[in-house]
Amino acid sequence: MIGDMITIVHDYWLLLLIGQYPNGPLGGLANTIILSALAIAFAFPVSILMALARLSKWRALRWPVTGLVYVTRGVPLLMLILWAYFLIPLWTGADVPSFMIMLVTLVFYQGAFLSEVVRAGIVALGAGQMDAARALGHSYLGAMRFIILPQALYNMIPSMISTFVATIKDTTLGYVINVPDLTFAASQVNNQLLTQPFQVFLILAIVYYAICWSLTYLANTIERRIAKRRAGVVSRPQHAVMTQAKIITEQP
Amino acid sequence: MSGFDLSAILSNPEYVGMLVHGLQMTFIIFFGSWSLAMTLALILLCIRFSPFRFGDRIVAAYVSYHRNVPTLVQLMLWYFGIFTLLPSGLSGWLIDHNAEAIFAIVGLGLCQAAYFSEDLRSGLRSVNPGQMEAAKALGHGYLSSMRFIIMPQGVRNALPPLINHSVSLFKNSSLALVIGASELTHAVKEIENLSFQTFEIYLVGTVLYLVISLLIMAVGAYLSMRLDPAWRARA
Repeated sequence: MIGDMITIVHDYWLLLLIGQYPNGPLGGLANTIILSALAIAFAFPVSILMALARLSKWRALRWPVTGLVYVTRGVPLLMLILWAYFLIPLWTGADVPSFMIMLVTLVFYQGAFLSEVVRAGIVALGAGQMDAARALGHSYLGAMRFIILPQALYNMIPSMISTFVATIKDTTLGYVINVPDLTFAASQVNNQLLTQPFQVFLILAIVYYAICWSLTYLANTIERRIAKRRAGVVSRPQHAVMTQAKIITEQP
Repeated sequence: MSGFDLSAILSNPEYVGMLVHGLQMTFIIFFGSWSLAMTLALILLCIRFSPFRFGDRIVAAYVSYHRNVPTLVQLMLWYFGIFTLLPSGLSGWLIDHNAEAIFAIVGLGLCQAAYFSEDLRSGLRSVNPGQMEAAKALGHGYLSSMRFIIMPQGVRNALPPLINHSVSLFKNSSLALVIGASELTHAVKEIENLSFQTFEIYLVGTVLYLVISLLIMAVGAYLSMRLDPAWRARA
């Protein structure tokens, strides 16, 4: 059976890696990575804006965003993908590629989840930081930009990597709307071979495992380093409240 | 969009029947995989706390696999892969007994067991070891101090992540669509194909999912309130 798997990898590694790229759209593992990297890159600023809106003192800003976060927490990603697949072509009136639809959905979905992480990070810093910054003459936005966010975001790096892992796992759902990613490539291979589905999907699982495991390992290493550094720099007991903002785990 | 008309779907007995059937299947998958996951998680937890290092490694590998491979890929491996390796007698029986739903329950349950066992483990570990010593000093045996002292605190600590993961298990039950189980999302897509009222039926599906997820969160909030010693002291 291992021999079969080696043969499959040997015959189809290019399809699994980049899809039908020179002759068709980019796909495979490369597309999975690009899609998740773009999604997290766009979700990051979105999540900061959403977190600031949720912490805002204006109800008109706070309530709609809170509602939005609850909707994304309570509705399956699959349902949101179906919505986007239906609404985006309707609004734009254009033939939008499934890659873009998946990207928009992931930015929205992960942005909402990440905003909870950012919010927790800001709240964990404590109100004293903001008071001190205001007392030194910073405006609200200036204090956020120069005092609060740099600290909160630094503490959040491990959670960001966890979100990146979650995003990679989420991209598999693009299979439903035929996004040409790794899962799609594997099912193409499976359709060509027909006789070895177990081997093909086992290879798929191993590839995802390798990527996600290494990123999780990286996150844990950074988390330990940040914890050590913070313990070294601030040893006074009152700073113990600066606990790590843990991600609200979401596993798709 | 040609006019928003929810009643056309909600007053059509055929569509309502399909929705109810889909909802039933979603509940069967959710409760089935939840029970499987919780049972397995408790077994994994016992192995983790047992003194054998080897069992510990195996559980760690189990958890690592299920947390690092996308749930969808796990389901595909079960349904498209492992299904074909089963002896024909067993697979024949599975086909007669709604194989899609069974594999959805097994796949989601095994995956979720990894998360549940980690939640419970971190909950129990957060209980101060002094509690056990104090319980022993007061004359409790191991089991009795587990039952009356450690577990009540550990479960209380583990409750918030358990609730979060129960909600995501409920949401993940929609992934069973990919292996062809006729659950709620499947019903929604089928009604869309029949009625062409995409907006309305998606709205109905979304609201159903949202309401049930919020209900699970509310039950969780109620449970944590009930288990809170401050609340119990007051009552």
